[in-house]
Amino acid sequence: MKKALVFSMFLFAAAFLLLAAAQMRPFGAPINPQMDDYFIGHAQAEASANNVVTSIVFDYRGFDTLGEATVLFSAVVGVVALFRKLRKDER
Amino acid sequence: MNGEMSVIVRTITRFVYGLTVIFGFYVVMHGHLTPGGGFQGGSVVATAFALLVVAFGVVGIKGKLSAHILQNLEEVGALAFIALGFIGIGTSFFYNIIANSGSVFGAHTPIGINGGILDTGGTLPWMNWAVGLKVMTGLAVVVLVMLVGGRNEEEKR
Repeated sequence: MKKALVFSMFLFAAAFLLLAAAQMRPFGAPINPQMDDYFIGHAQAEASANNVVTSIVFDYRGFDTLGEATVLFSAVVGVVALFRKLRKDER
Repeated sequence: MNGEMSVIVRTITRFVYGLTVIFGFYVVMHGHLTPGGGFQGGSVVATAFALLVVAFGVVGIKGKLSAHILQNLEEVGALAFIALGFIGIGTSFFYNIIANSGSVFGAHTPIGINGGILDTGGTLPWMNWAVGLKVMTGLAVVVLVMLVGGRNEEEKR
């Protein structure tokens, strides 16, 4: 009974994956390339950066990078809080 | 336990440490021209710090690397990054106002093949340096504090 249930669930998930694979568009053909084309065409003139990835990370999507920096900051704060030296009476 | 490794490891570390730091600063400095940038170069420099900590142990680096100074430098990097984001607030947050303005890192970029001109990018190189400082000191603090904290745990037992 249990085995049949697990097998049917496996078939269900596999059917979903096969359905998605059948409907996939050809490799390397993005759906909405307008934004990509804009970045590639305008990054050198607007952000004056030869490295388009850096111009996206620090200019077009700078707010996202601020969030990444916040993640790193909170990780460092967490490690420092975890390994801080306790006073004698707190031990 | 003072955590010091053998003389072979320490000699190789003395040789490799400076090269690693220079390579990390190179990756940060050329972030707007070549693959890499603040996060990646900062990680490379932090690797050099970790190598130093592993090879020489807590006793060997006592007085040379201070977690307090590194933490303060990390906060300087974070605040510099936010301040650079606020420079272009007249147009929008994180607007690249230095690009094509003619000041430092503000030269015009020739459209087309990467000319490798360091003096371009506007706020991007500044932000690369801010994030690089933040990442290299932050990861160094993590390694240093974890090593010192683990040592305290062993002494307690």
